[in-house]
Amino acid sequence: MPPAAVPVPPDLLRSASATTSPSTTVAQFNLRHVLQRVVQVALADTLIAALASAMNASSFGSNLIYAQCVGLAILLFVEFGRRMMAVGTSGWPAGWRGIMLVAVSCVLGYVVGISLADTIFGHSNWPYYLSRPRRLLLDFGPVAVFSIIIAGWFYVRGQAREHRAQVAAASHAATLARLNLLQSQLEPHMLFNTLANLRALISADPPRAQQMLDHLIAFLRATLNASRQAEHPLGEEFARIDDYLALMKVRMGDRLRAGTALPPELAAIPVPPLLLQPLVENAIKHGLEPQRGPGDLQVSATLDGTTLILAVADSGRGLEAAAAARAREPVEAAEPGSGFGVAQVRERLHTLHGDAARFTLTPRAQGGTLAEIRLPLATPPLSRDPRTR
Amino acid sequence: MTTALIAEDEPLLAQALRAELARAWPELTLLEHAVDGDDAVDRALEHRPDVVFLDIRMPGRSGLEAAEAIVEEWPADAGPLPLIVFVTAYDQYALQAFERAAVDYLQKPVQPARLAACCARLKDMIALRETARDAAMPVVAADDSALLGRLRSLLAAAPAATEAPLTLLQAGIGATLHMIPVDEVVYFEAADKYVRVVTATREALIRMSLRELLPRLSAERFWQIHRGTVVRADAIATATRDESGKVFLTLRERPERLVASRLHAHLFRAM
Repeated sequence: MPPAAVPVPPDLLRSASATTSPSTTVAQFNLRHVLQRVVQVALADTLIAALASAMNASSFGSNLIYAQCVGLAILLFVEFGRRMMAVGTSGWPAGWRGIMLVAVSCVLGYVVGISLADTIFGHSNWPYYLSRPRRLLLDFGPVAVFSIIIAGWFYVRGQAREHRAQVAAASHAATLARLNLLQSQLEPHMLFNTLANLRALISADPPRAQQMLDHLIAFLRATLNASRQAEHPLGEEFARIDDYLALMKVRMGDRLRAGTALPPELAAIPVPPLLLQPLVENAIKHGLEPQRGPGDLQVSATLDGTTLILAVADSGRGLEAAAAARAREPVEAAEPGSGFGVAQVRERLHTLHGDAARFTLTPRAQGGTLAEIRLPLATPPLSRDPRTR
Repeated sequence: MTTALIAEDEPLLAQALRAELARAWPELTLLEHAVDGDDAVDRALEHRPDVVFLDIRMPGRSGLEAAEAIVEEWPADAGPLPLIVFVTAYDQYALQAFERAAVDYLQKPVQPARLAACCARLKDMIALRETARDAAMPVVAADDSALLGRLRSLLAAAPAATEAPLTLLQAGIGATLHMIPVDEVVYFEAADKYVRVVTATREALIRMSLRELLPRLSAERFWQIHRGTVVRADAIATATRDESGKVFLTLRERPERLVASRLHAHLFRAM
């Protein structure tokens, strides 16, 4: 009589699948994933019912009912347990709590499933099982084994899915960072104004137009390369700033008085490409350009022990005025680059050096703003060894 | 004689626009160009050109702020307001606002064909004004009010600050900090980098520009009536319009009279 119930083991498979569900990283309720597991468990139950029928020549219909009842009951307990318990990024309670959840769900699911199927058939297997505990263990054993196998399989699958999601997220973040860098450096307002100047120069002063074009080419090439290189020599960094300043001098005429100072012995130190560029751009865009009359800009590199100090000093309208203006000027509001530059410099420094590098933005006593980057050097510059990163 | 003023801080671009305009519209007389927003306002009010080309991003006042000041300070006897064309290199936000307000604008580098079309439109509008001048004023008035409407919608399109509305002002008078509930303020008046706060019984200065303050006031309770004045609506007693289109306001709790500029005079209409 009792054997009909035996096929049950397959159900455990589904409980296993339910437990492994690491598909969602935040383990929120995902109806699609739950339904997937229900279908998978039901299929496994059916297969096991068929196997059991073949092995002991019992009725497939009755085996199927018992298998589905036990399997889905186990799945139900596992799903419920996962909702109630704190789950990690895998969507599964960590360590022994996960294993306990499967084990407890197996036992409870088995009891509930058998009882449910018994109710359907109008008889009870329990007196038979209780009189023969060995028989109970023999029936439950395969259920547990199948459950663990399926749980393991789902767990591995979930891990892989989670891993894929992480890789995709990381690559998305990297692409976004590159794009942001490019966008902040290829600021359209700057580009179109420069082209407008170039267009004016072509007929008015062809040799100067050619010079300006050369600076623009060097600047564009550096900008495009910057998103691909990890670092370049400080001398190269200053050369690109000279290009940018030359372009801005054509545009602003006498209003921009700019200079750069790089001691030759520091020229070989490797730095992240175009690290200073956004600071120079900010000094002009938010400090000097909005201010009536001429202004000064000085970019310098100095060495303090084993710390490289890169400074951008301007005599513009100052931080307070710039911040106030940003709040109200519609023209600047929609633009990438305003305020973004500073955040980007901070972020890059933090990624490369953690807390060892410092970036400060301070008002100058004589008016204007001083932006300063302090980079730790692993080795003195004369040794020519690249800085550790 | 038609005259035009160019306001552009980049010398090469000012020269280039001048040269392009000379080709596209040889009869146009060009004034010496203005080098920034403030200069543009001064020159426009002094020379009263028919057309003003305003760069959007300039030192000092922006092109938009300069346009606002020119329109507000345009003398009543100076004839119709100048036609304003904005020039910009790349300002996605501004371009959308211009499109919505149907304001004429040019993009840098200025393309000759685009400039020619712009000049043709300006010539038509000026010709219309001249034929109307002898016959009747209404056309000119309609023309002006259309321009005021466009400028108003441009200024209103500025993105609103997300800061919380102010309820209490803290103004230092000498060594004492005065707490002034915003609801008690009769009017605010711009004073350089400060705002003068006037209540029924006292006055104080706060360190904030009117433009920073404005988004933090309830637009229903506090009306901007001039680019330098914001008044509490229920503190206004009467509004009287003069021939130039300005509106003079008397207040319930203060003896002084305030002026609403033509740009904001539309707020005062009988129900």
